[in-house]
Amino acid sequence: MADSAPLWAVFVLPVLLLVVALVTAGFDAVLTAGARGGRAGSVREAAVRAADPAREVLRQLVQQPRRTRASDVALARIGAALLPVAAMLAAVVLPLGFRSVSDLPEGIVWFNAMEALAWAAVWLAGWGPNSTLSLIGGYRFLAQGLAYELPHMLAITTAALGAESLRVGQVVDAQDGLWFALWMPAAFGIYLLSAMAMAFWGPFDQPAGRDVAGGAAAELSGADRVLFLGGRWLLLVVAAAFSVPLFLGGGYGPWLPGWLWTVLKTGAVLAFLVWVRRRVPTVRMERYVELGWVVLTPLAIVQALVVAVVVLNR
Amino acid sequence: MDVAVFWVLAVLAVVSGAMVFRFDSMARATFSLLTSLLCVGGLVVLLGLDYLGIVIVLMMTIEMAIMAVFMVMYMMNPAGLMPMTMMHNKRGAAVVCGLVFLLLAAGILFAPWPARRGKSSADPTMELGMSLMGPQMLTMMTLGMALFATIVATVVLATRRGRYDRLGDDLRARRADDPVRGGVGR
Repeated sequence: MADSAPLWAVFVLPVLLLVVALVTAGFDAVLTAGARGGRAGSVREAAVRAADPAREVLRQLVQQPRRTRASDVALARIGAALLPVAAMLAAVVLPLGFRSVSDLPEGIVWFNAMEALAWAAVWLAGWGPNSTLSLIGGYRFLAQGLAYELPHMLAITTAALGAESLRVGQVVDAQDGLWFALWMPAAFGIYLLSAMAMAFWGPFDQPAGRDVAGGAAAELSGADRVLFLGGRWLLLVVAAAFSVPLFLGGGYGPWLPGWLWTVLKTGAVLAFLVWVRRRVPTVRMERYVELGWVVLTPLAIVQALVVAVVVLNR
Repeated sequence: MDVAVFWVLAVLAVVSGAMVFRFDSMARATFSLLTSLLCVGGLVVLLGLDYLGIVIVLMMTIEMAIMAVFMVMYMMNPAGLMPMTMMHNKRGAAVVCGLVFLLLAAGILFAPWPARRGKSSADPTMELGMSLMGPQMLTMMTLGMALFATIVATVVLATRRGRYDRLGDDLRARRADDPVRGGVGR
């Protein structure tokens, strides 16, 4: 049973998430620079490359922001700010070891509701600047959302079904012996796919794709851009981290303390997602809609059925 | 504390609901409505029905995001990037809304509410599931099928292309002829 953390955890959580997001972005930047300009010659050079995202954040914050004509500044700002806020709110139910900021009785539904706020956020950020390319990016994300959300909901419902509880703490406790990833592999795979799709990242980066000059983020600059693209990293980190209590046994593991296991598993999932981005080509959302509805949704339903039968016969 | 949260959410819900008629942009009107609905979700959580409240937030966010696409699509200027007003019977709609609000408020204030008998359940989510899926299982199944059939029927009626367009008159074409590249088996 997950204990609830003391009140100061509310202030630690955002800092922790930001650090993890910055480290992941730095790791990704090192890989990118390595692929472009050859392997880093020294540790110092690698460190300089890893600090790239942080430098970019500072550059955006000090440079003069651009503004498009007749833009709906309020909506674009709300959209850009909503993305990191949604990721932070979703992270409230994430247990570090066996403690989360708030182990809500409906934690899984809460997580789902908060990541759904990204739908509104990306569309608003795309709509606000009054620019065609960013509008296309916003619409693309909604299309992608229709593709990933249905199998995604079924996958996280399957985990809840296996534990017979919507409480994240109890889902973790149900994996004391056997991880859910091992006996519900389809749900785990679908979850990882939708984790990337909800952060429009890796093979699902079309909403912010290069072919539309950055899509939803095309016209954002300054603090708005930092919030939006930073929020996207946060969403990726939170989505990857949530796969640990749902499918990878949370803090359970031999020898090491629970919090360290959580960190290690989250790091492994994130490293896998970063690797996938480099290995798998972009999947356009109209293709993914069909894959999602014709293959993944029935697969997720069959997986849920198997789990339900197992649970009923326990 | 609860009282303060109630008033903040209630006022925000009513104000953002009213702003739907004031905004001159379809996007703003849509998301003003979403704000109102999210506040209602918060009020339901305040009543102790956490599950229902969170589900309202989830459903309404997704629904209004999709709704934004449709509302913009059906607008007078297609891209929807220009100011607009809700010209269609604005005054009538406002009057109807006001009357319904008054009617509901009057109902709330004057109805003889029964006093609580017994204690509230420790796990309202479980109780909700039991009452929906227990004795009412048949109703829920029928309802689910009816809704699903409606969705399928609506799509079939709305789509211009059927299976004969895709697979030929004798349905024997090896590859479906689709305007958009597909994802499975093509």
